[in-house]
Amino acid sequence: MNEAPSAPLVRVRGLKMHFPVHAGLLRRHVGDIKAVDDISLDVNESETLGLVGESGCGKSTAGRAVLRLYDITDGSITIDGTDISNIDQDKLRHLRPKMQMIFQDPQASLNPRMTVAGIVGEPLVEHMSLSKNERLDRIYELMDAVGLARSFANRYPHEFSGGQRQRIGIARALALHPKFIVCDEPIAALDVSIQAQVVNLLEDLQERFGLTYLFISHDLSMVRHIADRVAVMYLGKIVELAPRDELYATPLHPYTQALLSAVPEPDPVRESQRKHIILTGDVPSPANAPVGCNFCTRCPKAEDICRQIDPEFREVAPGHFTACHFVTDTTRKTAGSTAGNEANT
Amino acid sequence: MLTYTIRRLLLAIPTLIAISLIIFLLLDLAPSDPTANLPLTIPPDVREKIRQSLGLGDPIYIRYLLWCKQFFVNEPLNMLEQWFGWDIGGDRLRVLSWQTRSPVVDLIVQRMPQTLWVVGMSYVVGVLIALPIGIISAYRQYSWFDQVGTFVSMVGFSVPTFFTGVLVIVIFSVWLGWFPSIYDTTHQVTDWQSFLFQIKQMIMPVAVLALFNAAQISRFMRASMLDNLNQDYVRTARAKGMRERTVVLVHVLRNSLIPVVTVIALGVPQIFGGAIITEQVFKVNGLGQLLIISIQGGDLPTVQTLTFIFAVLIILFNLVADVLYGVLDPRIRYD
Repeated sequence: MNEAPSAPLVRVRGLKMHFPVHAGLLRRHVGDIKAVDDISLDVNESETLGLVGESGCGKSTAGRAVLRLYDITDGSITIDGTDISNIDQDKLRHLRPKMQMIFQDPQASLNPRMTVAGIVGEPLVEHMSLSKNERLDRIYELMDAVGLARSFANRYPHEFSGGQRQRIGIARALALHPKFIVCDEPIAALDVSIQAQVVNLLEDLQERFGLTYLFISHDLSMVRHIADRVAVMYLGKIVELAPRDELYATPLHPYTQALLSAVPEPDPVRESQRKHIILTGDVPSPANAPVGCNFCTRCPKAEDICRQIDPEFREVAPGHFTACHFVTDTTRKTAGSTAGNEANT
Repeated sequence: MLTYTIRRLLLAIPTLIAISLIIFLLLDLAPSDPTANLPLTIPPDVREKIRQSLGLGDPIYIRYLLWCKQFFVNEPLNMLEQWFGWDIGGDRLRVLSWQTRSPVVDLIVQRMPQTLWVVGMSYVVGVLIALPIGIISAYRQYSWFDQVGTFVSMVGFSVPTFFTGVLVIVIFSVWLGWFPSIYDTTHQVTDWQSFLFQIKQMIMPVAVLALFNAAQISRFMRASMLDNLNQDYVRTARAKGMRERTVVLVHVLRNSLIPVVTVIALGVPQIFGGAIITEQVFKVNGLGQLLIISIQGGDLPTVQTLTFIFAVLIILFNLVADVLYGVLDPRIRYD
């Protein structure tokens, strides 16, 4: 729908991140945890792409892999025209200023032995040649931008509340004028009252600095608030990717439908009439994913084809991608049993 | 921090008094006889007179209080006199060794240098070896370096020094003849040649003890590094685009050193305690050896004084470790 005419800022194709499993006496390689298994997505300049999914579906791994905080198994990642998928870590280091990350746990992700000024200023020392005073000015500027009092500069992370710590993490991420920021569940560890503050801060900063976000979260209502487009992940794969309003209005993939039906409705009358899709069973282990569609073990609509053939992730409507056998390009509605029969015949 | 330190020091006083009493009672209960090592030709009544002259006829509380007075009052006064050339006067009886009849503190002062040189050096060498090994082992976990390091530290940890000591003597002194098997404490370092000899005679005892110390500390270092390497802030540092060296040596190492430094500090009293067995094997007549011959000879004042000094050092370095923790880790505040 609103595909940008220019090339996307971040282009991920066929990204795979497998962690080897070693077992036995000799620690032989017995398999892989397929945390991220063949995902493709684009993030356009100045937009926010939400990445949602349940715990353990690989969304954080995907976020880290996109920034090459892992050595990826396969696939290609292009950020701002540079292919970083196989570049060595030392060259990558010089590209780090462009791409930053805000981490989930604001306590653990800050070095406990460094002051705020140290944490925020360290990337400046590494990547820019500023005098001591210029650096301090920049640190103060960043602290102002995220709403931290300047007098906090010489304090240690443990002296702050969760929301303040996350602000430190955001200031740190902004230090080098990044274009692209991966927000890895930046609000998951915060109180609800603080969540809104931090999300609003992220939105303000996006507007001011023209930032591009990959916003990872399991909070569907927060993603609805902040994201322009939303990708839904299940067991290491993206099952659906669509513009926000379209995804929330007409989810096509059965998993997305189930996920959205789980979001509580504030109106108790409507809530009592709403139909919930209750998924049964557990998520399969990413070390031993099912044959065929990853979702086939829990999908209410699963048929034989789902257990044999992995559905292709394809564009079913402009800007609306999904991976389900029962969704056809022509029908914009959820494919029910009729579509399933058609596909079988 | 200062008030904390002072409070801890004040608390140490009753602790130490209790410790001194316990040591005294234990030694008194032990069935040792200071005259047992004397020739068998000495008749029993003479032996009894010797015991009486050593003060063993007095009740135990008199003997304990006497030791307390000698150690806590007379010895410090005596030290002040010696250091500042004062003359405080008064007839003061010092803590005398029953075996040598010389003041115990003088014996300790004589033997301290040997112990500090050999055992202290081995501790320094052990720490210097252990830290890099621990760091590299953790950074390259399960690599061949780590496996070899683990094996060597297990060996160093589990093979006692009386075995490794004798083994290196057999190999390097008997077979190869490179180093002297006996540590010559009368040796004076005056020129280059004698310095080389000093190094040569120190190598074996230092190496044996260093292996033992390094084994322990490298394990601590490795475990602490591994703890920190998986922390989120390390990923943050990488995401900042820091050099790998900065990530490991600044972010990870500084945080990992906190517990290791305290372990190292806690180990320092062992240096003063001397390595009894190793000193014995290499005939280094340091404090450890003094302690063992005093025990053998039933020399209660020496054993009492030495053991008490070790207790003081242990309490002191426990405090040092705690204070260091507070200095190094901003999350810990004492008040």
